Amino acid sequence: MSLLVDPLLVVILLLNFFLLGASRLNAAITGSAAQGVILGFLVLLVHEGFGWRTALVVTVVVLVKGVTIPTLLLRALRETSSRREVEPVIGYITSLLLGAIGTGLCIVFARSLTLMPQHQGSLIVPTSLATVVTGFLMLTTRRKAIAQVAGYLVLENGIFVMGLALFEAVPYLVEIGILLDLFAGIFVMGIIIHHINREFASLDTTRLTALRE
Amino acid sequence: MGELLLVAVVAAALSGVPGLWLRRDGCAGEKSAVALVALAFVCGVIPALWVLLSGTTLTLHAPWQIPYGSLSIRLDAISAVFVLQILIVALAGSIYGLGYWSQREHPENGTRLRLFYGMTAAGMLLLVSAHNTVLFLAGWEIMALSALMALTAEDTHAEVRLAGYVYMVATRAGTLALFATFATMFLATGNFDFSLATAAVSPGAATAIFVLALLGFGLKAGLMPLHLWLPGAHANAPTHVSALMSGVLIKMGIYGLVRVSAMLPNPTVAQGAWLLILGVISGVLGVVFAIGQHDIKRLLAYHSVENIGIICLGLGVAHLGRALGEPGLVALGIAGAVLHTFNHGMFKALLFLAAGVVAHTTHTRSLDRLGGLLKPLPLTGALFLVGAIAICGLPPLNGFVSELLVYLGLFGVVDVDRKLLWLLGAFGAAGLALIGGLALACFVKVFGAVFLGEPRSEGCAKAHEPSVWMRLPMVVLAAICFGIGLGSPLLVPVLDHVVQAYAPIAAPSLVVRVPFTSFALLGVVLLGMFAAVFAWMNRNARSTQAPTGVGTWACGYARPTARMQYSASSFGEMLVGLGRWALRLEESPTVVRGTFARPVAFHSHVPEVVLDLVVVPFAERLVRLFRLANRLQGGDLNAYLFYVFATLVVVFLWVS
Repeated sequence: MSLLVDPLLVVILLLNFFLLGASRLNAAITGSAAQGVILGFLVLLVHEGFGWRTALVVTVVVLVKGVTIPTLLLRALRETSSRREVEPVIGYITSLLLGAIGTGLCIVFARSLTLMPQHQGSLIVPTSLATVVTGFLMLTTRRKAIAQVAGYLVLENGIFVMGLALFEAVPYLVEIGILLDLFAGIFVMGIIIHHINREFASLDTTRLTALRE
Repeated sequence: MGELLLVAVVAAALSGVPGLWLRRDGCAGEKSAVALVALAFVCGVIPALWVLLSGTTLTLHAPWQIPYGSLSIRLDAISAVFVLQILIVALAGSIYGLGYWSQREHPENGTRLRLFYGMTAAGMLLLVSAHNTVLFLAGWEIMALSALMALTAEDTHAEVRLAGYVYMVATRAGTLALFATFATMFLATGNFDFSLATAAVSPGAATAIFVLALLGFGLKAGLMPLHLWLPGAHANAPTHVSALMSGVLIKMGIYGLVRVSAMLPNPTVAQGAWLLILGVISGVLGVVFAIGQHDIKRLLAYHSVENIGIICLGLGVAHLGRALGEPGLVALGIAGAVLHTFNHGMFKALLFLAAGVVAHTTHTRSLDRLGGLLKPLPLTGALFLVGAIAICGLPPLNGFVSELLVYLGLFGVVDVDRKLLWLLGAFGAAGLALIGGLALACFVKVFGAVFLGEPRSEGCAKAHEPSVWMRLPMVVLAAICFGIGLGSPLLVPVLDHVVQAYAPIAAPSLVVRVPFTSFALLGVVLLGMFAAVFAWMNRNARSTQAPTGVGTWACGYARPTARMQYSASSFGEMLVGLGRWALRLEESPTVVRGTFARPVAFHSHVPEVVLDLVVVPFAERLVRLFRLANRLQGGDLNAYLFYVFATLVVVFLWVS
């Protein structure tokens, strides 16, 4: 395992805070995309020995997370929204505070888990948990549908980090499967965004309360 | 033989199926349905009669894929009485339906009604012959749900839908109690068969089984506080479905109670006493409510509650007899209860079918809009009178025979040498006498208001006798009423078999206890006297010309109108007043003042006391409580996502 892994994981943690504090939707999208690209390269570093399998996974991850999805989201943003603020339910400072508490708890929690020897002391598991928590925080506190999609991407990234630890044990089909899942999820959300926008002339999901029973 | 019974079940279940592919407005579908029900009748009657006459028990056993279930059929004398009753009423109603609900007049729901009518009958046949409780529940549910579909045939009317909804809630609650009953039985004995008596059951478990069974089966039978679904469902169903429901479907609750009562290994006096008390409450209040009704079918429905009370009295006597070890009480009680169940099936079906003719031809069920129907409907009127005499328990008809058995059983309870028990017997006997008297008053009111006097509405004046399809089943049912009433000595061996199926006791034959023969002779004498008086009066009437063109009971008024007659409400006024504490009558206060009074309006209404004043307010409270949970569902996407997250965290913490 390369010495570069932990610093890159720290970058991912920092990006989490960036995402929680970002007020513009563009920033949220590019932040999650940046996390995706870093994850792609992390695969290279975690896995010793460069084979066609690693190359395939890295290429697909970088392309999907770093290029395709952000491009789609940015285009959706251009076409649908005139106001490009995140408009969170709770303030940015509160978000950051909650994120910090969550990250701290995740680190404490990860220490209590019994891990394989090569992962003890590594940041992989705490980062994974903290990223998942950040993703959930974004999902639950953001009003705009696009910001929620970004939150979903972050959540997915967190799961992917966990996958890094299991890279040797898990066949590559699983990673491709996760990516397919992700892609389908984004696709569905894209359709939902389109419909919300057409129906309410806005992407504010709080207007969906009109649809309840 | 056992296979023949299964053929009957299948034929009844499939009776409505050919109609699904036939023309909706043609008569082929309805004819094929009746033919299949008739086939079921023939196939089912043979084993039932064989069991009743020979006293043997038919069994059939086959493994089944359903968990805990087995295709275990057991037809003893008790089951056979119920099978016979189901088949007779189902066939009578099915034939009646040819005229009452023909496909030509009801192309939109006729096929559906026939399909579910047959399935209701099939479900009942299955459940009374099931030995395995899972098979029993399967039959029970087929019956309950098919009956729901049959009774809501006219689901375009809001009141029919409401009645169906109340019925559904009640039957669901009842089934829930039955699940609990059978689960308790399984815990107590370790098997899913109706055979508790062999195992040692703790008193606590026995009490739990008794209470749960009383709840579950009582809801179906319509015992007084649990009768809430019954009047609405009987009033709003098509008449032959009402006849099937009132005649046999509610008796499935009685069947279950009889089975459970027979199974409990250590019956207690308290259980028997509860059955007796519930029987008196149900009987007296049932008939008091009946007197207050304005709708003829609703009135008949309340009489079902009353008769279930009488049956429950008989069952209570039998249960007491087992608890006290008095074979005489067991024999009289169970024979009375089972025979009254059968009799009630016959005369109540007859009354419903006759009431259906009245409603069909006059287009109203309101007693205060009927009248003078004996002239246009002489046969229906006479048949209704037969049913009315039978239901009042008067000789020489069948109701008298079964009520007599219950009376004798109650007197037997008085005779038992045990402190304070005589009070219970006296209470039951006095209650039964009160029930009989009030029932007589009620049917005098019904018959007087509907068939005597002058027509109160347009429809009555234009009434006419229905087609032969509707008259034939009524005539047959009336003949059965007469047959049991006059041929009661012949029933003794059959009733002995029933008693043996309930509890194998070394009781002497029932003949020793009941002077059936002299009562049958008395009935014949009564009938002869009645015929003689009738003939003599007719001869007299012919010789002295009665004035024509004068209304009945015109009382010498110069210009009488139909509205000046006693109405059904005025006839029942005093008795309704006596029962006011239970009826919660809603009346508009009417005061007539001055010599030349202004026109005043009066209306009175008897609410469904248990349903409207107890259950509905309670349910509304419950709904208000659960509405608090609605706050969780605000429609806010963020909140939903938060719930997911919170659940995930909780699960995570719980697992780790």
